[in-house]
Amino acid sequence: MTIRTEPMTVNVGPQHPSTHGVFRVRITFDGEDIVEVEPVLGYLHRGTEKLAEERNYVQVVTLTDRLDYTSSMINNQAYCLAVEQLLGIEPPPRGKYLRTLAAELQRIASHLIAVGFFVQELGAFGTPLMYTFRSRERILDLFEMLCGARITVSYMRPGGVFSDAPTDFWPALDQFLDDFEGELEEIENLLLNNEILMVRTRGVSPLPADVAINCSVSGPVLRASGINWDWRKMAPYDAYDQVEFDVPVGNTGDNYDRFWVRMQEVRQSLRIVRQCIAQIEPGPVRLELPMVLRAEPGAEAYGRVEASKGELGFFLVSDGGVSPYRCKIRSPSLINLTITEHLLLGWKLADMIVSLGSVDINMGEVDR
Amino acid sequence: MTLAAIPGETLARRLQEATPDAVVEWDDAAVWVRPEAMASVAAFLHDDPDIDFAFLNAISAIDFVEHFELVYHLMSLAKEHTGVVRSRVYGREEPTAASVVNVWKGADFQEREIWDLMGIRFTGHPNMKRIMLWEGFDGHPLRKDFL
Repeated sequence: MTIRTEPMTVNVGPQHPSTHGVFRVRITFDGEDIVEVEPVLGYLHRGTEKLAEERNYVQVVTLTDRLDYTSSMINNQAYCLAVEQLLGIEPPPRGKYLRTLAAELQRIASHLIAVGFFVQELGAFGTPLMYTFRSRERILDLFEMLCGARITVSYMRPGGVFSDAPTDFWPALDQFLDDFEGELEEIENLLLNNEILMVRTRGVSPLPADVAINCSVSGPVLRASGINWDWRKMAPYDAYDQVEFDVPVGNTGDNYDRFWVRMQEVRQSLRIVRQCIAQIEPGPVRLELPMVLRAEPGAEAYGRVEASKGELGFFLVSDGGVSPYRCKIRSPSLINLTITEHLLLGWKLADMIVSLGSVDINMGEVDR
Repeated sequence: MTLAAIPGETLARRLQEATPDAVVEWDDAAVWVRPEAMASVAAFLHDDPDIDFAFLNAISAIDFVEHFELVYHLMSLAKEHTGVVRSRVYGREEPTAASVVNVWKGADFQEREIWDLMGIRFTGHPNMKRIMLWEGFDGHPLRKDFL
């Protein structure tokens, strides 16, 4: 016997604990099935691109912290690379290594959040999140040693980093890496082959490779769909051409693959951090540059990095002044949301939050 | 940067064969096309086996006051090369360009954002609504004359 149902429209968010910030999606359900999806954005829009036109090139670094606030280091890096490309400069080797090291620690921190919340959204309240946050907290402590801030780091500058790491940073980093090896193993043992997690996520909301490409999806979501594309490999920046690492690639692009790719990337990031420690040499960390930078009138640069969410790009246009004439931010979180409809349509209410969590968006970056 | 970039001249030559009258000019880095031809240009660049721009990285809009400029950063995952297509859009009352959303679905939110913040309309976009600001907001904040 079938039960007669009629469509019902539900607002999920903008104030909802599982939408990763102020994301709202209007969903029409028929019974438990999702029949219509409309993402509604803009609740955290602060006009970052306009604000950047009023600040000088160095001051804009502080704005980038506030894009994806769970991976500020990588935002700094993307912006600084764009400015360096605009000015035709290159940071000293030690600066490059410190940037690579900070960015990889940040990637671990960001993926730990993604994985922790993903499992939380499956209904495992609290415990797994505490496991991942325990390790993330230690990374934030390390950032505090580097630059005095934990979230809004502003550690990097065009031409290098703001200052060299203090001497007690290196033993603290070694201690963290030793401890984290065990902590990560614990998380992996808990989650990677967890039967409940697998039953709930395998085969759910798969994303075929051609859809992913057509929707301009990038980062772990693209790689989960079986495409081997990582900007750290394809166009190495900073010290990435000096380190060895693998690019984990998924299979069907279902919720499990997206989770699995992030777990594997944490391991690869650890590898990169260890190589950075082994290879880094003493020397200057920042180029001697004037306090106020100016680029040639008409100069343009598109600087991009493999951020924790995907391809983060800064398109800068100069008119010869002290601030960028235009600072366009190519935000991976916003563009990865293009697949929302594809992921949700036809699936059940219970999978909706999990699928959204598997994309790992950050509203600071979606709305800018 | 190790990814090869297709010179603007190469793109221009191919486009002149496939979509006559679309190309305006070119330099080393990019080719300029007419905004109303953007949809057919996009379809050609996407489908051509040599160029194979299956992936749209970003659409940026710049307000140069006397005109707007759209910049399309494109790439091919299979061929591992990139390219840049640009388009000058004139007029401040109702500047329009052809939407590429039927070729690259990834353009959907980006074109809506450009309409919202820069005020360039995209014809052929199925849902040309504001995305960051609310409907009824007065003006387009990323324009240089918006203070």
